[in-house]
Amino acid sequence: MSGNAWRSTLIKLLERCGVRINDASRTTEVSRVMGAIKTQSPQPRTFSRGIQTVTLIPGDGIGPEISTAVMKIFEAAKAPIQWEEKNVTAIKGPGGRWMIPPEAKESMDKHKIGLKGPLKTPIAAGHPSMNLLLRKTFDLYANVRPCVSIEGYKTPYTDVDLVTIRENTEGEYSGIEHVIVDGVVQSIKLITEDASRRIAEYAFEYARNNQRTSVTAVHKANIMRMSDGLFLRKCREVAENFKDVKFTEMYLDTVCLNMVQDPSQFDVLVMPNLYGDILSDLCAGLIGGLGVTPSGNIGANGVAIFESVHGTAPDIAGKDLANPTALLLSAVMMLRHMGLHGYAKKIETACFDTIRDKKVLTKDLGGNSKCSEFTADICRRVQDMD
Amino acid sequence: MATLTKALKPILGRQLGNTAKVFGASVNSQRGKPTYSPPPAKYGGRHTVTLIPGDGIGPELLNHVRELFRFSCVPVDFEVVHVDSASTSEDDINNAITAIRRNGVALKGNIETNHTMPSNHKSRNNLLRTSLDLYANVMHCQSLPGVQTRHKNIDIIIIRENTEGEYSSLEHESVSGVVESLKIITRNNSLRIADYAFRLAREKGRRRVTAVHKANIMKLADGLFLQCCKEVASGYPDIEFDSMIVDNTTMQLVSKPHQFDVMVMPNLYGNVVSNVCAGLVGGPGLVPGANYGRDYAVFETATRNTGKSIANRNIANPTAMLLASCLMLDHLKLHDYANMIRGAILTTMNETRLHTIDIGGQGTTSEVVQSIMRIIQSSGPLTTEI
Repeated sequence: MSGNAWRSTLIKLLERCGVRINDASRTTEVSRVMGAIKTQSPQPRTFSRGIQTVTLIPGDGIGPEISTAVMKIFEAAKAPIQWEEKNVTAIKGPGGRWMIPPEAKESMDKHKIGLKGPLKTPIAAGHPSMNLLLRKTFDLYANVRPCVSIEGYKTPYTDVDLVTIRENTEGEYSGIEHVIVDGVVQSIKLITEDASRRIAEYAFEYARNNQRTSVTAVHKANIMRMSDGLFLRKCREVAENFKDVKFTEMYLDTVCLNMVQDPSQFDVLVMPNLYGDILSDLCAGLIGGLGVTPSGNIGANGVAIFESVHGTAPDIAGKDLANPTALLLSAVMMLRHMGLHGYAKKIETACFDTIRDKKVLTKDLGGNSKCSEFTADICRRVQDMD
Repeated sequence: MATLTKALKPILGRQLGNTAKVFGASVNSQRGKPTYSPPPAKYGGRHTVTLIPGDGIGPELLNHVRELFRFSCVPVDFEVVHVDSASTSEDDINNAITAIRRNGVALKGNIETNHTMPSNHKSRNNLLRTSLDLYANVMHCQSLPGVQTRHKNIDIIIIRENTEGEYSSLEHESVSGVVESLKIITRNNSLRIADYAFRLAREKGRRRVTAVHKANIMKLADGLFLQCCKEVASGYPDIEFDSMIVDNTTMQLVSKPHQFDVMVMPNLYGNVVSNVCAGLVGGPGLVPGANYGRDYAVFETATRNTGKSIANRNIANPTAMLLASCLMLDHLKLHDYANMIRGAILTTMNETRLHTIDIGGQGTTSEVVQSIMRIIQSSGPLTTEI
């Protein structure tokens, strides 16, 4: 038998004899707060004692400040993460197509995990949105946003604990539009079997790995019979293979109606692109806005980029007023994805404690402190925990 | 002018007469008229209104409406047309449409759409709206003081384009596993709905109209809609105009709903936003909705729920349907009756606090209707026996 099998057999034997062994590796503590994306089993390339390199994209505006804050906090927590900073301003590649710089692409492909700050899309630059470019380059097909009410940041909704999983590549955002005749515009919503199956599989796996009880598919198949019908069919098929997770379907309008009245009835929501965009922002609004919401993008080939979804806030850039919570919580999501749950819990708890304390909050959270003070407080708490 | 015409008649002869006829005709045409006048009540001063019971809670609520009208001696007769949602033939819905064309006004419950049927079986409700060209769906969301909600004093008017956009039902499967759904936006319809919105805002003395869109992604389609709104806005300098992206809108609605006044938007966003607002003011049982076209008007509940799970259990909230019938009475210019019934409903909601289960009370539907009838009897003029 292999090592693990020997260990578990011995432990079981000892337990039967009445000796309890506190085996740290058996704790299946997966915080329901910021759900982990992968199982507890360590990734083959992550050595628990080794240092994992992560590509860091600071971004524009307040991006560099909050990235520095996150790096400081990770240092204080002694997390085994090494950062490799890269810039992703679009350049024109051979053939005239816009692409991200090849060093950035290589770095991401090598390390597979990325953390991204807010990127701005200059209006007259000629190149498409940077986020779109990243999405296309790494085939980031799933956007995951866990929304949990933050104790200490009061909103009218106190019992939110749900995850929105949104298909990120097709749907209404396919970008295929044309003017048929002058005054009549047609925009095409594309739904394919493969993409729908992929996102449904991801949603169910996520639910299973994070001890979530149900997955709800959100659709409008009464009106868009074929397209949302196809999406629903795929979800139903995938649900057959995941009998341990409950599967329900609900119309988009019913979800919106119920979400605003009682968000606690929802668990994991999976949906096509447009509905996902609207619903994930709705849920972010329920817990306090984009400044405190983490987000992760999962791609094919094991690539995952975690990001903060707020804007670049050029008016407060460089003034040490930014709130690093969103990027920090996304980084915590990243740690869980990599299997470093201990560090994730430590940093997350420190962050929530600081917010709950209300002593050093940044302006958008209702306080008066600077970003550096907020960061220092979290660092202090993290160090105190050791 | 008339005498001049008479004097010139022998000289210009028939030409002037014909011109006068032509001009006369165009003056009488409906196109220039801002508001539609319903057909005059022909038989003994009584109006005939088409009634479509629909499915779920529709039939029982519309029975209550009829009961209430009979009790309050409202001069409205209902022509009931049943639409069988299970049948595949379109005869039923065509009969209903003919009846509405005949009477000009209708009150309806929601007709269920079985989305496992093949896609040539269109949604009956959608068919009704497009055949009668009911281009504007108007929903006035007002917080009722007697109902407990997280946000208070909400007062938003939502105007939603009702015929095109994502609800065009134009879908095809180009290749097996790849489905396209077309979203159509036309200049004429966008101008029409924007004009309706601004006129309504002016009529009701509202300060600001907000256009909700996603033009940063759907540049051509929503871009056209937004452009049309801006064009119309320039003709109403007394009303402020701004625009907001739909995901930001939903976020703002759940955190700061008081910033919105009148909102205008294409079809699908209208669905999402109206359901979010209905949820904010207390649920689907409280808000009435109206669909206006150039020649016809159909009244129903705003969120168009079938309510299958609560059908025939005497627990549905009749408020939405009763308020919709008041909107219908206002449309027929029977304002006294409308105000009497509306006053009684609001008194029941706010003062006697007789609430049904969906808003946290214990009352049954019939109890609420009885209470309304009692209030009408005590305050109003002539009534029949209870």
